[in-house]
Amino acid sequence: MLLKPNVSVHNLNVFYGKDHVLHDVSVEIPNKKITVIIGPSGCGKTTLLKSFNRLIDSVDGVKVTGEVLVDGENIYDPKAEVTHIRKKMGLLSQRPYPLPMSIYDNVAYGPRLCGEKNKKKLDRIVEHFLHTASLWDEVKDKLNSPAARLSVGQQQRLCLARGLAVGPEIILGDEPTSALDPKSSKHIEERFMELKQYYTIILVTHILRQAKRLADYVLFLYMGRLIEHGPAKEIFENPKEKMTKEYIQGIIS
Amino acid sequence: MDKKNNIHVRRLEENIFKSLMVFSTGAIVLALALILWTVIRKGLPHLSLGMLTQAPKSGYYLGKDGGILNAILGSLYLTGGAALLAILVSLPVVLYLNVYLKKGSPLAYIARFSFDILWGIPSIVYGAFGFTIMLLFGVKSSLLGGMIAVTFLIFPIMSRSMDEVVRMVPGELMDASYALGATKLETAFKVVVRQALPGISTAVLISFGRGIGDAASLIFTAGFTDSLPTSLLAPAATLPLAIFFQFGTPMPEVQGRAYASALTLTLIILVISVAARLLTRKFTKHVV
Repeated sequence: MLLKPNVSVHNLNVFYGKDHVLHDVSVEIPNKKITVIIGPSGCGKTTLLKSFNRLIDSVDGVKVTGEVLVDGENIYDPKAEVTHIRKKMGLLSQRPYPLPMSIYDNVAYGPRLCGEKNKKKLDRIVEHFLHTASLWDEVKDKLNSPAARLSVGQQQRLCLARGLAVGPEIILGDEPTSALDPKSSKHIEERFMELKQYYTIILVTHILRQAKRLADYVLFLYMGRLIEHGPAKEIFENPKEKMTKEYIQGIIS
Repeated sequence: MDKKNNIHVRRLEENIFKSLMVFSTGAIVLALALILWTVIRKGLPHLSLGMLTQAPKSGYYLGKDGGILNAILGSLYLTGGAALLAILVSLPVVLYLNVYLKKGSPLAYIARFSFDILWGIPSIVYGAFGFTIMLLFGVKSSLLGGMIAVTFLIFPIMSRSMDEVVRMVPGELMDASYALGATKLETAFKVVVRQALPGISTAVLISFGRGIGDAASLIFTAGFTDSLPTSLLAPAATLPLAIFFQFGTPMPEVQGRAYASALTLTLIILVISVAARLLTRKFTKHVV
C-alpha cells in the first residue's frame, strides 16, 4: 500500500480494572476499504473499536498501553487533543441515539461545534449529508421536527449524516444494523458500499453473513486477542488459524 | 402441592396485594382531597380581592381591614430568589457528578450521601444555621437572610431530584455527542440538560413548593413586617408566617383569614406548577 494507513495499532492493551480486555493487538487498517471486526460476544470487538476514538475513556477504571496512530499521531499521547481526534471519525452505535433536538440541528451539531455559524453554509451541509445518507427525500419537509419522531432505521441514517457532517476520514460502526429491521439494514449496508470510496470504514459485527457481504479486510478477535487478520477472501476461504476456521464454520461462536 | 391449589394461592396473593395497593393510593388521594376541602371550605368565604391587594392595616390581626399582599409578595420574592440561587448551585453540582465524574466515583457517592442527610435536616435547623451566619456578617432579619436560609433548605431537595433524572440520561447519548467532537461542557449543556429538562423543571418545582410553604426556616431569618417588601436588607413578610400569626389569634374572623391565606398559598403553588408544566412541554418535544 502506497498511502500511509489512517489507523494503525501497535501493541495495544486495554484493561478494565483488573480485567485484561485486549491483549497486545497490532494491526494496520487499510485506507478506503471496509474493515470488519468479527468474533464472538465479549471478545473485545467493541472495545477495540472504541479505542480508535478514545470513547473508552469514559469507562470506569480503564487503562490503556501501546499506541493507536491516526494519521501518524498517537491518540493516547497525553498531549493529544481528544475532540480533534474524534472529529476525524464518525460513529454509528448499536442503537441510533439522535440528539434531543430537531433533524436539522442533529446534522448541524458537529459543524456548529467547529464554529460554523453561517446559516446558508449550514443549510448546504445539512442537505448534502442527508442526501449522502439517502434520507433527504424522506425528511426535507420536516427538518425542524424532532429527530426522535423518525423511525429507528431513519434515525440510524440520520446518525450517519450527523457523523459525516463533521468531515471525518474514518467511519466507525458498532454493529450499526443490529437494532434495525432487514430493510433498513440493507439501506445502511448499501450506504457503506458507496461510502468506502471516500472513507475508511471499520465495522464491528457478529453477523458472519454481513461480514462476508461487506468486508474487504477482516480482523478476527477471540478472548481479547487478535487471532488473525487479512483480506476478506483469504480469511473466509482459506484461514490459517484453526480457531478462525472453526468460527467461520460455526463450530465455535 | 398440586398445581391447581398453587395457582389458587397465587391468585389470592395477587388479589390481596392489589387491594392493598388500591387502598394506599385511595388513602393518599383522600387525604389530599380532605386537606383541600378543609382549606377551601373554611378559607373561601374569607377570601376577597381586598385581602389579596392590600397590606395589613392597623388592627388587621384584631379583625380590622387589610390584606396579606405583604406576605404574598414576600413569599414570591423570597422563594423565587432562593430557587434561583439553588439552581445556580444545584445544576453545576449535578452536571459535575454525572458528566465529569465516573459512575463509581467515591466523591460522587459521598456527595449523594450528603444530600440525603441534608434533605432530612429539619427546616428550623436551617433557620438557626442561617441566623448564625447572618450574625457573623452582621446582617439583620431580612428578605436576603430568608432567601439564603431557604436556599440551604431546598438545595439538597433540588440537587437530589435533579440528580435522579440526569442519571437517567443514557451514556450512549453522551458518547454520541463526544464522538462528534463535543467537549464535556458542550455535551452537558447542549445534550444532557436538554434531555433531562422535564425532570429538571420538576425538581425546581418540587423545591419551590417546599420552600414557599416552609415557616420554620424563616422565623429568625426573614422576620416579619406589615409593609410590602422593597429592600433585600429589610425584613419581609411571608405566607407561612402570616398563616401562623393569624391562626395564633383567638378571633374566629382572623382564623378564617388564616385559612384564606392557606388557600392563597395552595393556589400559588398550583398556578406555578401548571404554568411550569405547560412551558416544559413546549421545550421538550425533542427529548429522545
